[in-house]
Amino acid sequence: MSDQPYTGPGQQNTETSQHTGTPPAPTHTEDGSTGGELATRYENPGIAPHAYRRSDIDPKAARRREIEVAGLFGLSTLGTVLFIVGFFAVKLADVPGEEMLWRVGLSTKLLGTGLGIALFLIGAGAIHWAKTLMPDDEVVSERKPLRSSDDDRRAAVESLKEGAGGAGLGRRKLIRNSLLGAMAPLGLLALIPLRDLGPLPGAKLTGTAWKPGRRLVTDPLGNPVRAADLRIGEVVHVLPEGIEDMPQSLEEKAKATTIVIRLEPDDLKQDPARADWSYNGIVAYSKVCTHLGCPVGLYEQRTHHLLCPCHQSTFDVTEHCKVIFGPAARPLPQLPLDVDSEGYLVSRDDFQEPVGPSYWERGERS
Amino acid sequence: MRPLRRVIARLSTRRRHKLAPLVLLFAALATTGGAYAALAPTPHAEAAAGNSSQVDEGRALFLLNCTSCHGLNLQGGSDGPTLIGVGAAAVDFQVGTGRMPAAKSEVAQVPAKRVQFTQEEIAALAAYVASVAPGPATPAKEAYDFSDANVAEGGEIYRTNCAMCHNYAGSGGALSHGKYAPSLKGVDPRYIVEAMLTGPQSMPVFGDDTLTPEGKRDIIAFLKTTQSEPSPGGLSLGKIGPVSEGAVGWVFATGGLIACAVWLGAKAR
Repeated sequence: MSDQPYTGPGQQNTETSQHTGTPPAPTHTEDGSTGGELATRYENPGIAPHAYRRSDIDPKAARRREIEVAGLFGLSTLGTVLFIVGFFAVKLADVPGEEMLWRVGLSTKLLGTGLGIALFLIGAGAIHWAKTLMPDDEVVSERKPLRSSDDDRRAAVESLKEGAGGAGLGRRKLIRNSLLGAMAPLGLLALIPLRDLGPLPGAKLTGTAWKPGRRLVTDPLGNPVRAADLRIGEVVHVLPEGIEDMPQSLEEKAKATTIVIRLEPDDLKQDPARADWSYNGIVAYSKVCTHLGCPVGLYEQRTHHLLCPCHQSTFDVTEHCKVIFGPAARPLPQLPLDVDSEGYLVSRDDFQEPVGPSYWERGERS
Repeated sequence: MRPLRRVIARLSTRRRHKLAPLVLLFAALATTGGAYAALAPTPHAEAAAGNSSQVDEGRALFLLNCTSCHGLNLQGGSDGPTLIGVGAAAVDFQVGTGRMPAAKSEVAQVPAKRVQFTQEEIAALAAYVASVAPGPATPAKEAYDFSDANVAEGGEIYRTNCAMCHNYAGSGGALSHGKYAPSLKGVDPRYIVEAMLTGPQSMPVFGDDTLTPEGKRDIIAFLKTTQSEPSPGGLSLGKIGPVSEGAVGWVFATGGLIACAVWLGAKAR
C-alpha cells in the first residue's frame, strides 16, 4: 500500500492517486532504458480507471456490507457454541459397545462441524470485510534497489573482521583444528544409514516355507485338506502346516500363501513335465501376483480364470496359470502336489521358481 | 392424414438440431425396451394341480418353466448348464433369489431379481432336481443360525476366502467381462450358505469339509454384524473403499477450495 494516509474515495489529489486514469510516467531504471524496444513501439497503457464498489459510493450499501460481515462473525459464534454443546452434551463414558460407537460418531461430527463453522466464518467475514469495505485503491510503489547502502556494507565487513579477531581463529589453532576434525566425520552420518539398504536377501527370495511332504492347511483355520473332500469347482486358500511356529511367520505366510483349486481333470491342459504336480484335477498355485505381489484370489469358477484385484492380471488355471490379460509377465508358480498315506494333500516340493514379482537377480537362481 | 404430415414436416425441419441424435437415441432405447418388456416370455408359476407328491409337482413345474434351457432331462444345453447333481440347495438358491428363471438378455451374469415362484413351488422344484441325482441338500436352520457364532473368527475367514471378490464390507465387486460378485448386504443367511455350498455362476464352491459349517456360521455372523454397525465416521459412501471416498474428497474438498480461491480473487462490486 502507499505511504499516504487514506483520505476516502475520490478525495485524493492527483499527485498521490492514480484513480483519474492518467498514466504514470514511464519508470526509468538506472541504466536509463525503459524496457527496451517494446517501450518505444507501444505506449504505456497505464492503470485502468478505478471501478468504485457500490459500498464506496452508496452509504446504504456500505451499511449492508457491514451488517453482512457482522452476520458472518455472529454465525461463527454459533459454531463455537455448537462445539461446546457437542463436547458436554454427548457423554462417551458408561454406555455399551454399539451405543458408544454411535456416540463417538456423533461427538466427532458435532465437534468437527462446530470448529469448522467457527473458523471458516471468521475467515469468510474477514475476507468479505477486506474486499467490500477496506480501501482498494490501486497504488504504484517504486521497487527499491536490492543493494544495501555503501555505509551498511562497510559496517558489516568491519563487524565480521572484528568478530573473527575476537574469536582468535588465527591464534587458537587447537580450537580451529578440533572444530574441523569434528565437522569432517559429519559427512559419515549421511553415508552410514545407507547400510540399511543391505544386507542382500540371500536365499529369502528364492525359497518359501513349502518343503517336501508338508501338509496343506486351510488359512486361517489351519485344518489339513483331504483330497477326497474337495469338490469340483472348490477353492481352498492354504498355507504349509506349522508356519505359525516359524520365526517371522508373517513374512513366511506372505511368501507361502497358496490357492488350491479342483477342476474337472479333463479341463486341465497340462504340460507333460508337470503331469504329476496335480492330483485328480486338484492344482495349487502361488497367490502372490508375478506383477507387483498382490494376492491373486479372485477365481471365476466357470471360466477357470484367476484375477488379481490390483491391476486385473488374469491367469488361466487350466494352462498352468499363464497370463491371458493384464500387466503380469509370468505365470503364477505352481506348487507340486502329492497325497500322503492318510489322503491329505501335501506339497511334493517347494515352488520351483521364486514367487512374486520380478527382481534383478531372479534368473540366477542357484 | 394432413395433421400427421404437418407433424412429420415439422419434425424433419428439426432433424439437424443438435439434440436430435440424443432424442432419437432415447426414442430407440424406449422402443426396444418397451417391446422387450411386452414380448419377453413371462415364466408361469402355475403348479399342475392334482399331483399328490412333491416330486411330481416339481417335475411338472420344471417341464413348464425350465426345459427350454436346461433340457427335458436336466442335461442342459447351449443356453443353460446341466442340473444333474446340483442338488436342492442350488435350486433353492437360484430360484429363491429370483436369479432363475433367467432372461436371454442376461448374458454376462444372471442378477437377483423378483422371485417368480412361491416357497412351496421352489421346494417342489428342488425336490424334483434332487430326486434325479444327489447333490447338496437345502441346509437346515441350524446351518445358518449365527446367534452364538464367533464374529472375530468369521471376519478372519471372510477376509481370506471371500473379501477379494465380495469386498471387505460385503459390498460386492467387479470380475471380468461384465461379471461381478454381488453385494452381500441384506442377503438371507440361508442363501449365503447355499451359495458357498453350490458355487453359483462365477463363485467357487466352499464345501463343508474344508470350510466347516461352524466357519460358515461365523462368516454370516461377521457379515450381519458389520452390516448392522453404525458408521462412526459419518457417511459410509457405500463401503466400497478408497474409490468413492477419494472421489468425494476430490470433488467436494478440492471443489470447495477452488470456490474459495475464486471468491478470494474476484473483485468486489
